[in-house]
Amino acid sequence: MTDVIETTTPTPASRDRGGPAQPMLIVENIKKYFPIRAGLLNRKVAEVKAVDDISFYVLKGETLGIVGESGCGKSTLARLLMYLIEKDEGHLVLDGDPVGEKAGVPLDGLRRSLQMVFQDSYSSLNPRLPIESSIAYGPKVQGASAKSAKEQARALLEKVGLKADRFGQRYPHELSGGQKQRVNIARALALDPRLLILDEAVSALDKSVEAQVLNLLGDLKEQLNLTYIFISHDLHVVKYISDRVLVMYLGQVVEIGPVDKIYEDPKHPYTQALLACRLSMDPDERVDAAPLAGDPPNPVNPPSGCRFHTRCPHAEDVCMSKMPALGDALRSDPSEHLAACHMVHAGSGHSKAPNPEVTTLPLWQGEMR
Amino acid sequence: MNEMRSPDLTLVEAQSEKPEAYVKVKDLEVRFVSREATVKAVNGVSFELKKGEVLCVIGESGSGKSVMMRSLLQLHAKKRTRMSGEMRVGDHDIMQATDKQMSELRGSTISMIFQEPMTALDPLYTIGDQIAETVMRHEKVDRDAGWARALELLELVRVPSPERRLKAYPHELSGGLRQRAMIAVALSCRPSLLLADEPTTALDASVQIQVLVLLRRLQREMGMSMIFVTHDLGVAAQIADKVAVMYAGRIIEYGNARDVLMHPEHPYTRAMLSSTIKDQDRSTPLDTIAGTPPDLRALPDGCSFAPRCKYAGPECFEAMPPEVTDGRNHMARCVRVSAVRGLLAFDPGIPAAPALV
Repeated sequence: MTDVIETTTPTPASRDRGGPAQPMLIVENIKKYFPIRAGLLNRKVAEVKAVDDISFYVLKGETLGIVGESGCGKSTLARLLMYLIEKDEGHLVLDGDPVGEKAGVPLDGLRRSLQMVFQDSYSSLNPRLPIESSIAYGPKVQGASAKSAKEQARALLEKVGLKADRFGQRYPHELSGGQKQRVNIARALALDPRLLILDEAVSALDKSVEAQVLNLLGDLKEQLNLTYIFISHDLHVVKYISDRVLVMYLGQVVEIGPVDKIYEDPKHPYTQALLACRLSMDPDERVDAAPLAGDPPNPVNPPSGCRFHTRCPHAEDVCMSKMPALGDALRSDPSEHLAACHMVHAGSGHSKAPNPEVTTLPLWQGEMR
Repeated sequence: MNEMRSPDLTLVEAQSEKPEAYVKVKDLEVRFVSREATVKAVNGVSFELKKGEVLCVIGESGSGKSVMMRSLLQLHAKKRTRMSGEMRVGDHDIMQATDKQMSELRGSTISMIFQEPMTALDPLYTIGDQIAETVMRHEKVDRDAGWARALELLELVRVPSPERRLKAYPHELSGGLRQRAMIAVALSCRPSLLLADEPTTALDASVQIQVLVLLRRLQREMGMSMIFVTHDLGVAAQIADKVAVMYAGRIIEYGNARDVLMHPEHPYTRAMLSSTIKDQDRSTPLDTIAGTPPDLRALPDGCSFAPRCKYAGPECFEAMPPEVTDGRNHMARCVRVSAVRGLLAFDPGIPAAPALV
């Protein structure tokens, strides 16, 4: 068994390096601009600001939900975290160790700790490999013997609720959507990661299968002590699974906070509109006008000031000229609720902003008045 | 002249006054035959739809909902498909229609919106060309008139700056705009029946509402009948007048949208509603439906949901339960459901036998 890589049989103590208070992952000022090249000399003519200065952290054992419309940079962010694409600027800190820097975690170490499940369950599996071999592939690359990798793959199949004897030798096209997504989860778990990034992992599934896979994710999280980053545009699902929620718009974070605070008292007009887009099951409660008109603006030329002002019902002059700040997401408490909107910041110049004198006082004094 | 035309006119009036169903499907069966097996995709579906009504067909993947709808346009490969039953749309008998008659119907009287606009639109032609093509084909007009109509249609589906969008290729549009362009193609010849196959599933929630509101408005203004397939109950609640729930190629529950969605009686509809995620408590696991949908190559004799049903008893495995209909025309196919004082009622019967998985 000497060729089994260390990470397949970890002890909790050896894995947890920074202690329980150290966040699992810190993302600091991460940026990704995709160049648009054109012309004879293939010069850069513009940039798509896909991820524009995003900072947040994920605590150990929590689920961070990331929501936003398509094109807001959610998936680019996930790929940056996995180093599937190179970031332009910014730092990642995995359990106290900087990633990809001297004296930090090397990239293959990162990939062992961080795994990803993609939306399209079929195209993310190799159609020419039996699923057992797909699951065993990662551990083999990381140094496990063929035999132990296969044994582990079969154990993982059982863990995600598929009988290894019945399903192990099947090819992806012989499985249903829910079964394929279970295989993808098993494959992500094969390197015994600590953080799982689920990029729209249940969006393509039928509702009843979606519930099964979400239950499975909940069980696995408990058994294996996992941390999740759950990316989705389905706000019902995010509410069910997340501890904290991060809302993205055009490459930026517009709101972050505990799930209950975000859903019960959304501060940013964008979050409010997204929440209003949830459909009711009652035919008598039909929506007559869409809460959000149009598509998000082009990220090549994002609007000045607050990027949401073109679609915001409360936009004023200050919103067009000045970009609202989110606040310090890295040094804030996990229970804090931050929003990048002039309406929540005192003294921002927006007519609906709170009165600066009252809110700059400590909260208890404010209550005394 | 007048004398000759008058009988025609009275005939038209008489027809429009008749409250008869516009779409009539009776005992539709669709089988896909291959050397290995016969897939029983649709197993006796009957429904009627009046003019200007919206029917939502709900079901999991593999329940036969899309196959049923595609049959109305004869979109299945003739060689490998066996169909039986009756299908009528207006005066047209779809079952007996020749290929030539069908290609006249497609896109004019009956048209369809598909789930994935990127694959349904041709990447090599501009949006304007694709809308104009349908108009030119069915209304026998020249290219200029076709393009003029295309512009009108893009305005109708509320595409911003439509002149510019006419000359755009599908890849240059966002998902929401592509879906609007496809709705414009589908509406180009003022169809009287619009088939929509999960048209909002691939869209963001914010754009999904926009498209649903638009479709509902257009459907009402144009007085179209619509059959709308979805697996999302929230979408059905937004758009449906009538809801049909399909399982293993049969309609197992049918009725007014509110009756089915708010007071479901069939155990499958109930289970589907309770497994839909909506404000559940985070600390408890979600309700799920045990087991997997049946293999359509080898359907069981009895109720096809019985193997997964919490309330199944031995009688459920003997024969497909008959339809039970109440005074509000709410129908369910389940032995545990009966009509009590004009309303369907579910009685769990013998205390829950464990589900066979």
